Amino acid sequence: MTTPFLDARAQYVLRLADNALVLAQRLCAWIGHAPVMEEDVALANVSLDLLGQARLWLAYAGELEGAGRDEDALAYHRDVREFRNVLLVERPNGDFAATTVRGYLYDLWAHFALSELARSKDDRIAGIAQKALKENAYHLRRSEDWLVRLGDGTQESRERTQRAVNDLWRYTGELFLGDDVDALMQSRGIGFSPEALLDPWLERVRESFSTATLEVPADAWMQRGGKQGVHTEALGYVLAEMQVLPRAMPEATW
Amino acid sequence: MVSIQTVLRWLDEVADPEIPVLSITDLGIVRDVRYVGEALEVALTPTYSGCPATSVIRADVLRALREHGVENARVAVQLAPAWTTDWLSKRGRERLREFGIAPPHAALALGPVVLAVRCPRCSSDVTHEQSRFGSTPCKALYRCDACGEPFDYMKPH
Ligand SMILES: [Zn+2]
Repeated sequence: MTTPFLDARAQYVLRLADNALVLAQRLCAWIGHAPVMEEDVALANVSLDLLGQARLWLAYAGELEGAGRDEDALAYHRDVREFRNVLLVERPNGDFAATTVRGYLYDLWAHFALSELARSKDDRIAGIAQKALKENAYHLRRSEDWLVRLGDGTQESRERTQRAVNDLWRYTGELFLGDDVDALMQSRGIGFSPEALLDPWLERVRESFSTATLEVPADAWMQRGGKQGVHTEALGYVLAEMQVLPRAMPEATW
Repeated sequence: MVSIQTVLRWLDEVADPEIPVLSITDLGIVRDVRYVGEALEVALTPTYSGCPATSVIRADVLRALREHGVENARVAVQLAPAWTTDWLSKRGRERLREFGIAPPHAALALGPVVLAVRCPRCSSDVTHEQSRFGSTPCKALYRCDACGEPFDYMKPH
């Protein structure tokens, strides 16, 4: 079955939106809990950048869908099955090492993905991607720095970081797995081939891991499904917290 | 109809809510002022996607125009080209320094070369980064090794 063009584009943008939104929500849970004050502030700022990106993507997805749903309706009034984020971003925060590794794996993918999208034939997508790419540069530098500090740190920090890598690795495969929506967007010059990002991503991961004295896990079974709305149970908890107020009091305003 | 020049002068009196010594024109976020039919349209570009000041600035712009008697006005958000700290005016950079925030290096300097950040209080170049993210996404937290004072550095972006 082929996906109609406009539907596919709305889906495509929604995926980008949900990646940023869910990770933003995950990261803001660190506020008040980070190991040091500076990291508390940093995580809050990264979260805020991602939330801003999510709002831009969501607003556009809503327009493309044409059903009258704005950014708030899309963020607060969709159920788990309607979310299109990759599984990686919904994984629990765990300890600081797990959050760092998840951030690094995602930031690096986003760096390559946004670089492609910045050249999209869809001007709106290109504009949002160019903006997000500049913010991503700071996120990636920070997460890469911490990856190295933790990996090449104490025995305990190294163990925790390697454990996080081993736990999260199975959620990275989906980042590089295209479907009919990706193929259609790529053929129109709007999107990119997810598969083509794997080699440059992996090359940089190997470099960083080597500096961080971490091991790249062997090829293993990869989880998938987030982009199609099949999520791990973790997402339900994220959404429950994020959506509780607007669902309980739909008319609430500041 | 009021001239575009006049409108720009008014906009130069609208302060950035987070760094009030800067006007929104100093900040370089006013991208265009134009008439669309009878309506005055001000195109603004956000500094950061998630900048909470964006909605405040939008309201402040409309209020400033109303105070000058322009009712038929709207604000358009223009994302591309993406805002860069290179658009800060010279006066804006000076005002930042006086305010105690080190102005950003050129965004082209974002590469691997690390340029010294000058302390806005004592002008020493011997400073170090304490956190890449400061009180807002646009700033990093630095400390001066000469005078010992912590200060904000507006990051090249
Ligand atoms: Zn000093």
